[in-house]
Amino acid sequence: MSTLITDSNFTDADAFYAALADVHRDRSDAESAAINARLILLLANQVGNQQILEQALAIAGQVHIKE
Amino acid sequence: MASTYTNPEYPYRRSPDQDATQPVHHQVIIVGGGPAGLAAAMDLALHGIDSVVLDDNNTVSVGSRAICIAKRTLEICDRYGCAQPMIDKGVIWKHGRVYFGEEQIYEFDLLPEQHHKIPAFINLQQYYFEEYMVDRCMEMPQIDLRWLHKVAEVASTANRAEIVVDTQDGPYRLSCDYLLVADGANSPIRDSLGLESKGQIFEDRFLIADIVMQADFPAERRFWFDAPFHPNQSTLLHKQADNVWRIDFQLGWDADPEEEKKIDNIRPRVEAMLGEDQQWELEWASVYTFRCRKMDSYIHQRVIFMGDAAHQVSPFGARGANGALQGVENLCWKLAAVLDGRAPASLLDTYDTERQHGARENILHSTRATDFMTPKNAVTRLFRDTALDLARDYPFARSLVNSGRLSTPCTYDDTPLSTPDRAEFSERMRPGSTCLDAPIAGPEGRQEWLLERLGNRFTLLLFGEVAADARQQLEAALASLDREGHHTRALWVLPQGQHAGRDNEVVDTEGVLAQRYDLRQGGVYLIRPDQHVCARWRTLDPDAVAQAVHRALGKTLAEEQAA
Ligand SMILES: Cc1cc2nc3c(=O)[nH]c(=O)nc-3n(C[C@H](O)[C@H](O)[C@H](O)COP(=O)(O)OP(=O)(O)OC[C@H]3O[C@@H](n4cnc5c(N)ncnc54)[C@H](O)[C@@H]3O)c2cc1C
Repeated sequence: MSTLITDSNFTDADAFYAALADVHRDRSDAESAAINARLILLLANQVGNQQILEQALAIAGQVHIKE
Repeated sequence: MASTYTNPEYPYRRSPDQDATQPVHHQVIIVGGGPAGLAAAMDLALHGIDSVVLDDNNTVSVGSRAICIAKRTLEICDRYGCAQPMIDKGVIWKHGRVYFGEEQIYEFDLLPEQHHKIPAFINLQQYYFEEYMVDRCMEMPQIDLRWLHKVAEVASTANRAEIVVDTQDGPYRLSCDYLLVADGANSPIRDSLGLESKGQIFEDRFLIADIVMQADFPAERRFWFDAPFHPNQSTLLHKQADNVWRIDFQLGWDADPEEEKKIDNIRPRVEAMLGEDQQWELEWASVYTFRCRKMDSYIHQRVIFMGDAAHQVSPFGARGANGALQGVENLCWKLAAVLDGRAPASLLDTYDTERQHGARENILHSTRATDFMTPKNAVTRLFRDTALDLARDYPFARSLVNSGRLSTPCTYDDTPLSTPDRAEFSERMRPGSTCLDAPIAGPEGRQEWLLERLGNRFTLLLFGEVAADARQQLEAALASLDREGHHTRALWVLPQGQHAGRDNEVVDTEGVLAQRYDLRQGGVYLIRPDQHVCARWRTLDPDAVAQAVHRALGKTLAEEQAA
């Protein structure tokens, strides 16, 4: 079975994070939400493997927002 | 206020230069006796170059400012002969913890790697750091250190700089071949020459409080994002010498610096953090707004800028003084070679290009850390908090968490002074890299370190056996370099298990040198005087060595420019 990578796999984590912040710079909330949705779909396609995507979705789903 | 440190007072001394009828000329004058200026004087002294250092004050840093001194800085200071008191006095640390809200989300180790002479980091108040440098400067006959001599005016032409110096006995004039300016971030000299340091200011304020307390917390770097005792802002706690602890509270842009500096406002913040039972006293406090900026060029005719005057960073990552020393060691061997007539003046331009690269890297890292800590909008705050939340359980997210990427020396990847690799080698010690240390043994099994042997001259590291004829050719090539004034030492490295017989032989006792440098039998490295790799080969070619030395001295560059 394929396993989601949870150790760091970035070639340059800081550069990625900075680029992520940049793409959201000066965008409205609605634009930001749309950017995130597009990004997820693009990356999901890149990953491709359904088993891995489901593992990622399972972790992502564990949110507990403090009210 | 408590005080664990009494600033030394260095006396004003009248110089014979003040009685001269004509302005006295010196090869090098250095403005500013902070970390950059003092380091430059020592570096030049070791190259046999005299300098005059002028400082407008009569003591070292008042209040600490810098506390984290990086490994490379200590290695440089070790070459100057002042690292030992720093290491003895400083607090050695390598462990850090990161908290989000109530919880620790992860911890890290800075240098899990063994076999280095110098620790990964020490924490030492800037005043001690400077004091030990001053002590060493005073031992060096090449250095003429003048306290309470303030540079008031600077003029530069294409071949000399002239200055006016103010003293309690009135002003006097001096001239020099090169004026090295290290007068700090606000650099009045930079402004007076119509030059500018450009960049951004971060709209945030930080309360930096150094407190004295007896506490048995370990000497770790502890960083809180959104601590329960200081909600929605970051906090840093770090131990220094003499039981002084640095606390750094993020305050936000709206904070009033004058109010926040008052002990009545500091006390509740510290009590919320440490508890009301913890005894402590304030040693020093200040409120800062940080900026990242640099000059477009550090060289203005015969005036060369160094340290904070040339480039300034926010302190997250401890790249200010640490970056300053990397710049100084880059400049000084080049300046010495130019002054001795061994290299074309254009070699100095590579101080600018190489250290522009260094400053850009330092600014990039400290800007990213600042951006991570202070998200600019709701969506980046969400990403930051999500990364922090995931970091607890998923290691990948830890690589995104940024509370400061601690200073490491940069690699001069695109420098024209390096000879590009022809053969396959591992990336780690590629041309442009700072040499990594390794334990070695000299004759009679004497324990030594590689960096001590590299010193501040061109060094050729040769690994293992070399055929007798190649060895002879090499000796001829080195002798010819010597005649041109480009003394290059050969250091023969013998594999583990062998014994060094001659003075220029050492043994790679742990096999670490071969491993770090990806060296095999017959391999060769050429090292610059600032301990950066400038060429490497799988087999020795004495002509290529001579060419690489010329290239590293900027001769190829000068010929290309002339063509
Ligand atoms: C809160 C804080 C924390 C920091 N933490 C770190 C850290 O952990 N690690 C790190 O590496 N860096 C840190 N830094 C940065 C570090 O303090 C600076 O980068 C460093 O002091 C720069 O050294 P310098 O020699 O360029 O300038 P300075 O230290 O500013 O020295 C300039 C000198 O020039 C003298 N001078 C000025 N004008 C004249 C004149 N006209 N004539 C003669 N003399 C003159 C001054 O008296 C002074 O002695 C920190 C800074 C701050 C503010």
